[in-house]
Amino acid sequence: MPISAPPDTQPDFLDRLFEAHGTSRSSLIPLLHAAQHHYGHLSPQIQDRIARHLDVPSSTVYGVVTFYSFFKTEPSGRHTANVCLGTACYVKGSDRLLKDLEEQLGIKVGETTADGRLTLGTCRCIGLCDQAPAMIVDEEHVHGPLETKTAAIDLLEGLD
Amino acid sequence: MSPTATFPETKSKELRWVLGQMDALDPDRIQDYLALDGYEALRKAVTQRTPEEVLTEVKASGLRGRGGGGFLAGRKWELARAEQSPLKYLVCNGDEGDPGAFMDRSLLEGDPHLVLEGMAIAAYAIGATQGYVYVRAEYPLAIERLNRAIEQARSHYCLGERLFGTDFSFDIAVRIGAGAFVCGEETALIGSIEGRRGEPRPRPPYPVQSGLWGHPTVVNNVETFANVPLILQHGAAWFASVGTANSKGTKTFSLAGKIKKPGLIEVPMGTTLREIVFDIGGGIPNRRTFKAAQTGGPMGGCLPEACLDTPIDFESLAAAGSMMGSGGLVVMDSGTCMVDVARFFMEFTQEESCGRCVPCRIGTRQMLGILNKLCAGEGTHQDLEQLEALCETIRTASLCALGQGAPNPILSTLRHFRSEFEAHVYEKRCPAKVCTPLIRFEVSAERCTKCGVCVKPCPTGAMKWHKGAVAEIDPATCSHCRRCIDACRFDAIN
Amino acid sequence: MSETITLTLDGRSVSLPAGMTILDAARRAGIDIPTLCHHPDLSVRANCRLCVVEVEGRRTLVASCDTEAADGMVVRTNTPLVRKARQDNLGLILSDHPMECPTCVRNQTCELQELTYRVGATSFAPAEREVPWPLDSSGPSIVRDPNKCVLCRRCVEVCHEIQTVGAIGPARRGFETVIGPSHGYSLAQSSCVNCGQCINRCPVGALYEQDDTAKVWAALADPEKVVVAQIAPATRVSIGEELGFPVGTNLESKLPAALRSLGFHAVFDAVFTADLTIMEEGSELVERLTQGGKLPMMTSCCPGWVSFAETFYPEFLDRLSSCKSPQQMLGALAKTFYAQEAGIDPARMVVVSLMPCTAKKAEAQRPEMRSGGHRDVDVVLTTRELGRMLRQAGLRLDQLPDEPFDDPLGLGTGAGVIFGATGGVMEAALRTAHRLVTGRELDAIDVQPVRGLEGVRTATVDLDGTPVKVAVAHGLGQARALMEQIQAGTADYHFIEVMACPGGCVGGGGQPICAGQADYARRAAAIYAQDQGMERRRSHENPAVLELYSRFLAYPLGERSHQLLHTHYQPRVVATV
Repeated sequence: MPISAPPDTQPDFLDRLFEAHGTSRSSLIPLLHAAQHHYGHLSPQIQDRIARHLDVPSSTVYGVVTFYSFFKTEPSGRHTANVCLGTACYVKGSDRLLKDLEEQLGIKVGETTADGRLTLGTCRCIGLCDQAPAMIVDEEHVHGPLETKTAAIDLLEGLD
Repeated sequence: MSPTATFPETKSKELRWVLGQMDALDPDRIQDYLALDGYEALRKAVTQRTPEEVLTEVKASGLRGRGGGGFLAGRKWELARAEQSPLKYLVCNGDEGDPGAFMDRSLLEGDPHLVLEGMAIAAYAIGATQGYVYVRAEYPLAIERLNRAIEQARSHYCLGERLFGTDFSFDIAVRIGAGAFVCGEETALIGSIEGRRGEPRPRPPYPVQSGLWGHPTVVNNVETFANVPLILQHGAAWFASVGTANSKGTKTFSLAGKIKKPGLIEVPMGTTLREIVFDIGGGIPNRRTFKAAQTGGPMGGCLPEACLDTPIDFESLAAAGSMMGSGGLVVMDSGTCMVDVARFFMEFTQEESCGRCVPCRIGTRQMLGILNKLCAGEGTHQDLEQLEALCETIRTASLCALGQGAPNPILSTLRHFRSEFEAHVYEKRCPAKVCTPLIRFEVSAERCTKCGVCVKPCPTGAMKWHKGAVAEIDPATCSHCRRCIDACRFDAIN
Repeated sequence: MSETITLTLDGRSVSLPAGMTILDAARRAGIDIPTLCHHPDLSVRANCRLCVVEVEGRRTLVASCDTEAADGMVVRTNTPLVRKARQDNLGLILSDHPMECPTCVRNQTCELQELTYRVGATSFAPAEREVPWPLDSSGPSIVRDPNKCVLCRRCVEVCHEIQTVGAIGPARRGFETVIGPSHGYSLAQSSCVNCGQCINRCPVGALYEQDDTAKVWAALADPEKVVVAQIAPATRVSIGEELGFPVGTNLESKLPAALRSLGFHAVFDAVFTADLTIMEEGSELVERLTQGGKLPMMTSCCPGWVSFAETFYPEFLDRLSSCKSPQQMLGALAKTFYAQEAGIDPARMVVVSLMPCTAKKAEAQRPEMRSGGHRDVDVVLTTRELGRMLRQAGLRLDQLPDEPFDDPLGLGTGAGVIFGATGGVMEAALRTAHRLVTGRELDAIDVQPVRGLEGVRTATVDLDGTPVKVAVAHGLGQARALMEQIQAGTADYHFIEVMACPGGCVGGGGQPICAGQADYARRAAAIYAQDQGMERRRSHENPAVLELYSRFLAYPLGERSHQLLHTHYQPRVVATV
């Protein structure tokens, strides 16, 4: 087995995950999903441990992680809000909604508020075209139509 | 049996076959599905018919892939069946990435067993023992319901070992996408399931020859599979009785954009765009007029008013410069700038290009650059010429369907809305008043009715008006937010 | 397989064996379709889209490198659509490529430049990036400039599939795709073993060697310094390519005069220390065989392989011969034995190695490589850098006189010369080991089974009743396969030669950019021809080596040898594997 610097943390969550998933290369993306769900993001240490578990080069895992926009290599805020930029939402003005939120929150897309509460992002069509413009909060809760910016801001301010 | 006897028409022009029973069942209860004769088609297939008979039935129905290309499903299965391989795979493509499309999500959330049953029938026909449903990570509810449905189907012997006590075994696993549009392309999707970057591979070899881990693999999309139990249950002739010469059955669409009644619809193949937009969708809201309907997603095209009577089928849409795609249908009104729409799609494609081949990786970037120039009012005659020339190279020289289809939104808008491009280039004018750098933000004294409705939306107080007078915009404080333009009903602000 | 197909190529009917790509078929028929990502030694394909052609019945253009020629196919390689697609593709690449061609390290050897000359390119606005990629010059051997990268992916295939190192790979996607180590780390933080194979495959200047020529020019201009050179076996048969000679030209006899004219004080031959290596390593093998040492013994003259073993197979480090490489041995002897003999203060001496190798740069910088009290080797230049210096000096090598190397580190035998080709170290070792064990010379001096370009070659040699099983691997992927066999207990070799580069040093990462395997074979042929023509072809017959033992080292594996010529290894800890 190749040697590398010891990881910063030794969380046994990954070990349990490894046991459940086996070492097949096709487990890579399911492993990344599960690890990101647990840790919030995929640090170099986590990626390298997955690489060693699957016996593939770290550059291969990193290549997969950075290919897919769903995977995050940096920690996010406690909450995430992704404004949909799909066609229907765009036609219904989601680009302006985004600008309003940027202004209101004082951050740009991809950034996190100073208090670490919220990360603002965009996403591809979330299939809520009939409720455009839409936004997905904390990756599970979908909201739409957000026709006024106050509706969106109220929604985000309601988060703890 | 008449189709309408079993499947209630919810709206006059609709024909809900695939979506028909969604409202009648709880997707989390297999009992509901079974009560509606669910898994009967599968049971009869595996216990009473040979795989060849199933194949013949599906082939005879004329069912074509609902995911984009429109390849005959039965033909694809036949090719996979003919392959000599101990292992074959079946993949359900639920990577519904087209912006403006949500048919697959609705089906997976509303009637997951219908899709699973269709997959199991297909697996029986081609001789596959393992199937995968590849679903976007953006669809958490669909994933949850799908997983539950698979478990329930297993416990009812509709999936897993020895289905219905026969020798046929077939199981299904869910694979979750991770945010890459290109994974809707079947070879990229296969790579993604294998744990790789979702980069398309050159074809041939086709997945039916060499797919997942090098084994013959059939990839069909969600709606295609959902049609299969219906075909088996009611017969190929029944299915083929609806539709046009080469496009049989129904097609679901997610109707969205500037339309009064957005939502999920299902119509017979051959229904016209006009019937969909005006009869089913209720037409355009806010007293605006229809301008275009976008079908086929980012690889599709925009159809103008002149195409409203185009029957919706694979060939007619392609002839009109668009494509069927998976069923996104976004309606645009007079307030939509077609150059901006082309720019929007190119921005999308450019971001979603996998980066493997040169024409798509850099070509989409160059096309986006030119479109940005046009929208900024900096476009030249040469830019327009280069844009068209590039479209041809990218269409013909790219590796996969994403690259080959990338120029389509530009080509179709150029074909149907060329004057708008020319207005941007030669007159430095955006007729739809969308491209902010091309708007002067002046009130036309002739058109202004002095109603004052533009004052309240102005966030900076730049709009000056008092009763009985033409409104005026203070250029020093105007932030070019366009809210006044949206508010004005008389097209008086330019 | 003998099936013949007939297709129409640009209106001509062409018959050829089935199974070829359209590209190969066209090239055979005299039509040189342009390619950028395609490489004869690799399977990379269909990325650059320069080789597109029209095939009747196909909706789009097809990549000829990736499409099998079929019977009855009608192919057009030179239509307006094809020409435009190629010119657009080249123009697109150029729009995302820095226009620094005259000052680029690959000027005149750049495939993109050559293709643009041949094919022409459409002019596009520069596809600007918000922030250019940072230059990665963190490593001792290799520099990475992602801004020049055309994403052909040849380097990725070499690094992952052929070398199985996997230090660099594609990250991100679309226009933001970049080839590099994981996590945005530098090469120095990665598992890169500095083999430089990525450089040899790079069609442009995105990967190149750390250029150390300035250090050498400065030393040569410094009156306080005594600058001595050593030349690797494989460099003498490849340097000609840098100067316009045909592939496989052996310029050994011209290099001493050339280097002296550059100002080198003495010109030594690493072939001499190759012979010395055989004496030391051969003795070590005999000792391990007879005294129950760890087997199989593995060669250690290739620094890329040593680094690979330290990274991926630390449990095998006690199998590696403790011998330093010939380069380091020569440096150590130059600053001790030679310095003493010639009365030169070793502190003033600068040892410059002229090597086919990028990993040698890293090897020379290893902290333990200073056994004589000074750094054994001060500067390592690749064959390409040597070519640069010779061009700058305007030297016409064919017009220089033949001159010998300098004593006392300048005399070599044929056994040392063949170190430059894969299998050469093994063959040289067998020639001497046979003598050491049996007291007799090997019957057939040419050990054919270990020669050639097969991935792994094996042989069994009878040493007076003891069968000795040997294996030769070139390319680290082949080495890995061998190591896995040993781990699994399915291989029982006594002695293994590993060279990190395919072909051995003739295919080294510091060699002139060439067409690959076909050219390695030509260089190797020149090496074997030299061996064939030499009077002394066994290391133990080298009088200079024997004299070194009698006057300085005493005997192989002796105390002084251990101090100067042997080394140790340690598991390598890298930030990421």
